[in-house]
Parts: sequence; structure tokens; C-alpha cells
Amino acid sequence: MLDILFIGLSLGSILLLVALGLAITYGAMGVINMAHGEMVMIGAYVAVLSGIWLKASLLLAIPLAFVVTALLGLLIERVVVRRLYGRLLDTLLATWGIAILLQQAVRLEFGLSFFGIHVEGLGAGLQNVAVPSYLQGTFRLASADINAYRTFIIVVTAVLTLATWFILYRTAAGMQVRAIIRNPKMAAACGIDVKRVNAMTFAFGSGLAGVAGVMMSGFKTVFPDMGTTMVVDGFMVVVTGGVGSLFGTILSSGLLGEINALVAIGTNDILARAVVFGVVILVILVKPSGLFSFKGR
Amino acid sequence: MVFNRREFLKTAATASAALALPALSSRAFAADPIKVGALYSQTGGLSVAEKLLANGVMMAVAEINAAGGVLGRPVEVVVEDGASDPKTFSEKASKLILKDKIPTVFGCHTSASRKAVLPIFERRGAMLFYQTHYEGFECSRNVVYSGAVPNQQLSNYIPWIVQKLGKKKFFIVGSNYVYPREMAKVSKKLIEAAGAKWVADEYLELGHSEWAVMVSKIKESGADVVLSNVVGDSIIAFYREFKNQGLSQEVLPICATVTSEIEIAAMGAEYAAGSYTSFPYFMSIDTPANKSFIDRFRTFVNDPKAVTYHSLEAAYFQVFLWKQAVEKSGDLSADAIRAGIRGQTYEAPGGKVTTDPDNLHCWLTPRIGQWQADGQSKVVNAYPAPIKPLPYSAYGETESNLFCTSNGLDAAKLKG
Repeated sequence: MLDILFIGLSLGSILLLVALGLAITYGAMGVINMAHGEMVMIGAYVAVLSGIWLKASLLLAIPLAFVVTALLGLLIERVVVRRLYGRLLDTLLATWGIAILLQQAVRLEFGLSFFGIHVEGLGAGLQNVAVPSYLQGTFRLASADINAYRTFIIVVTAVLTLATWFILYRTAAGMQVRAIIRNPKMAAACGIDVKRVNAMTFAFGSGLAGVAGVMMSGFKTVFPDMGTTMVVDGFMVVVTGGVGSLFGTILSSGLLGEINALVAIGTNDILARAVVFGVVILVILVKPSGLFSFKGR
Repeated sequence: MVFNRREFLKTAATASAALALPALSSRAFAADPIKVGALYSQTGGLSVAEKLLANGVMMAVAEINAAGGVLGRPVEVVVEDGASDPKTFSEKASKLILKDKIPTVFGCHTSASRKAVLPIFERRGAMLFYQTHYEGFECSRNVVYSGAVPNQQLSNYIPWIVQKLGKKKFFIVGSNYVYPREMAKVSKKLIEAAGAKWVADEYLELGHSEWAVMVSKIKESGADVVLSNVVGDSIIAFYREFKNQGLSQEVLPICATVTSEIEIAAMGAEYAAGSYTSFPYFMSIDTPANKSFIDRFRTFVNDPKAVTYHSLEAAYFQVFLWKQAVEKSGDLSADAIRAGIRGQTYEAPGGKVTTDPDNLHCWLTPRIGQWQADGQSKVVNAYPAPIKPLPYSAYGETESNLFCTSNGLDAAKLKG
């Protein structure tokens, strides 16, 4: 039983890893960032490339990926998203376009046909990232064999979640973000530089996606399309938990992860995914604003 | 602009060379080029694999042209992009056959795309050369199948696993579509015939890469061998999770039918070391012909680390089978190619291949490879000679009782 709960926890923490960044960008800025999955993909490629170029281990790739994707996020916010605030459908379309651009750029190795640049490790092929040997295999815990790499993912997710919580609830910048989540116009009227805070929020959310990508690269293949399906899972969690609620995002990812694991053990993986989506639909029918949403003003 | 003498000479030399070039090539090839189609996904999720196959075809054509072409004419490839989408495949097939009037197309990778283009080839009388190993259960007079069918991958594999590895309980796992399910059907018959049993057959969504629950099920099932018909990037996540949950290839080996040099390179060789795959071709086949093939391919794609694998080899040699068929009949029409290709033999990089006169599938040599720590396989078992392809082996087809003959499919036998 312990190992099933562990699998559920690990599925949940992977969901949370992807959803965390989405939750704060969607919550604070009302931007549905369709390029979030591509940030995950780029984070994974940072892990691949830092392995090839710098001979860096997976651990070092985590801060590297955070910086690279956060900067990229900042660029996207400055160039595109900033001009489209308050236009939900337009941002959806624009970020979807950015997602495709990023995918194709990686697939073409920055436009192979135009510049003839060949970047070792980048391109259409499947890539892998070497996992340190102490993270391979299992260790024993209370008569169950626990997967070392998945434990590592759970720990990293917990650390990131704590850091996010700390920033949101214990710093001045976090208070500004929370004020914007509740009421952006009122926050602006109180002298908060909404544009600057939004840009920082978007960059931070993108950085979290980059770290998620590094974690994914340890057990999945790295290829240009890898982020596309993740964004759906991320939104599933955010919508179920309640927009703008960090607590809701954590709980709903845990809940959906455990449901997935239990149904998959009892029946099979294909049915489990259907059941998870069934639960999500049920939740948004009964509580349209999610399980743990704020009361709006 | 001031010219000095040296620069003038250089320019003049270049210009005259450029002028002479078309004259030279038209002397080499007096006639119009022969057009053939190459229909593979250049974009989308399947492009990773299919671009490699397209490269195999392009390389064969380049070599044929360098050696004087076909019937004294150069071969020109019209490349179309199937975009990883069966509907696009069928549109592009129509374009190649109807608009470009091309009678021969090399292409398709998945069964879904092949099934989508098949009616067009049959109705318009064109020939498709299809290189991927597939589930069988097809008998078309308009397709030459150069990849393996289940009896060429499984008929030696299952008995070998039971007798040589001493395994008795199979856990069958696959992606959820027609190929893994048909492979499971054939395997179950062979497993029971070999005196072993299967404990489960489970499927995962195509492209799904979350293996935590499935691997834990395999662990609990009491199986002593895993038969994997998993395809695509799911393979990589599977082998990684397998090792990460503490399962060992020595105790519980994965015996795969799809995992090739490509996936091994992508997952990291240490995850696959000790597992098995059954294929007619491996990159490790130690012959001068294969070594030369690998070198030429690496030069062609300009990647010194490129790997070759079964479908790529088949994509390459099928072009030569086509060339021989055309030269034998001296005609480019589908009927002439079909007539010319029956019984046609070619020395492929992996050994001799022959097009079966009855069902147009290729005679291939089944081999079993064990993956080593360097990402290459060691061939641990091989048939002494190529064996006859039986696309309906799951339904009782044998060498003495053929379902698919040169007259087409004998549907009465299928029902019986």
C-alpha cells in the first residue's frame, strides 16, 4: 500500500511541478500561458546542453535552467504579453503561437536552413540526460522499495513550493503579487507598479517551468514536442484547485495524482486518465471556481 | 571596379566551369529523369523517425545516380511531407500519383498512414514501397513490404526465450493501437505452443511516458520475462523507470520487438544493457557490407554518431529492389514493377533479401540481439538463412497453406 501511495505522491508532485508556474501567472495576471509547456521543454534542453558543453550534472542544471527560462519568460512578457493584458483570448492565441515558434526553432536548430548552425544536442532527435548513479535504482523504506529518482522529484517540488510560498506570503514583493491577484486596479491605485510586478511574476513562473523540465529530463525523453501535453495537465490542476490559490493547486495536484495511481493500479492506465478528467469535469460543474478559490470582491 | 590579372583569371575559370557543368551532366544522362516519390513526415511527432527513413531512401537514390542511374536515366526524388497525420498522407499520396504522375512511392512509417494511402495506390495503380516492420494481416498487390512481419520477429524469439532463457511467465506490454495488439495475439499462440504462459497483457496510451504504475504492476505480477511491443518515445521512459524501480535485466529481462539502436541511444545504453530485441537487421552485424553502409550513411547525414537500424536498412535496400525490378521489365508502370520484383534478390547491408513471388513481402533473416553497455547489440541467435514472410501467421497461415498469393487474398481461408 505504501508503494501505491508513493506512486500517487510522485505523480502528484510532477503535476504540481508543471502547475506551480501556471498557477501564479494565471492567478496574478490572468494570462493563460500556452507556452508554459515549451518552457518545460527548454528547461529540459538546458539540462541536455549543460551536460554536453559544461559536463554539468543534473543538479547544476536546475539553477541554470531556472535562469535561462526566467530570462526567456521576461523577454516574452516584455515583447508580447505586456501589450495584451486584459485580452484573455488574444494572449491565449499569442502564447500558443510563441509555443509553436519555440518548438520549431528547436526542431530546426535555430533555423538550420537559414544559418546552417548546428548545435550539438539540439534538433529533431530524441535526447537523454545522464542521471547521477545515486539517483538511479531504489532504497528501502519500511519494507517497500522506494524509487530514488522519484523521491528526488518530490523533494525538489517541496522545496520549490516552499520557496514560492515564502516569496508570496513573507516578502514585500509577494504581498504586491497577492494584492494584484485580488484586484489589479485597486493595487495600481495604491501605488503598486503592476507592470513591473507582472513581469517578475511571469519570469518566476517561467523559471519554475524550466526547473520542471530538468526534472522531467531525468525520466522522460527530451524532444521538441514534449511540453505540449503537459500544459493540459497543468491547467487541469490549476482549474481544479482554484485560480490564484497556491494551497488549492497543491491539494488538487496531490488529489489528482493519487486518483490516477489508485485507478491505474486497480484497472489500467488508459482508464485512469479518463477517470481523472471525469473528476475534473465534476469539480468544475459543482464548484465552477475550483475547490479552494478566493471570494472575489 | 578594377580587375587585376589574377582575379580575372579566377573569375573566368569559375564562369567557364559553371557553363560547362550542365553540359557535362547532360552528357552523363541523356534522357529525362525518372521521378519517384518519398512520402514521410518531415514535421510533427513522428518526424524524428521518419526523417531518418527518408534519408535512407535519398542515400540509395544518390548512390544509384552516382553509378549511372536506372535504365541510363537519373532518378529524381519528389519529397512530400506527411506531417505525422494519416489524412495528410493520403492527400500527399494523391498529389504524387495524380498530379505528378509518379508510379512509385517510397514511404509511410506507421500502419495508420499506410492504411490511409492504400486505397489510392490500389485504385490508381501505383506501387508503394513500405519499409517498417508491421503487424501483417495485409495482402495488397500494390505494396512491396521490405520490413518484417510477426513470424519473422516472433517465430524464433518466443521459443528461444522459453528454452534458452528458461522463462515461463510472460508479461506482455504495449502501446494501445493495432501493431502491439496483433503482436500480442501472435505471441500468445507461440507462448502457449512453447509450453509457457502469459500472466497479463497491458497497454499504455500511444506517446504516454508515465510508467510508474505499470512497472510496479510488472513487479507484482510474478512474471519472469517482459515482452514489450511499446513504440516511440514511451520506450525510453519505460526502460528508465524499469531500472529506477530496481528491476534487473538479468532476473526479469525485457524482450522487445520495436526497441532499436535509435531508442537505445536516446535512453542511455546503461538502461537497456542486458535486454533483448528481435530484428532482421542490427547495426552490429559484422560484415564489410554493413560497415561500409554505416560509414556511407554517417557521411550522408553528416553526423559521425548517427546510428543505423532495421527500418532504415529496409528503407535503403527497397530502392535497389525497385531498381532491379524496373531494369528487368524495362518499364516504369506499376504492373511492370510488380511483375519484375517477384523473386528479386538483393545483397542488403544485413544480408540477402528476396521479394516473395506470392505476397510481395521480403524474405528476411530473423536475429535476436542482446543489448550491451555500449549501446550496440550482440547477436545471440540467428536463422542460418532468410525465412518466408507469412503476413497471416496469426490466423494459421503456413508455408504450405498460403492465404496471400499472387492472385490476392484467399478470404475463405481467413474465415475458416
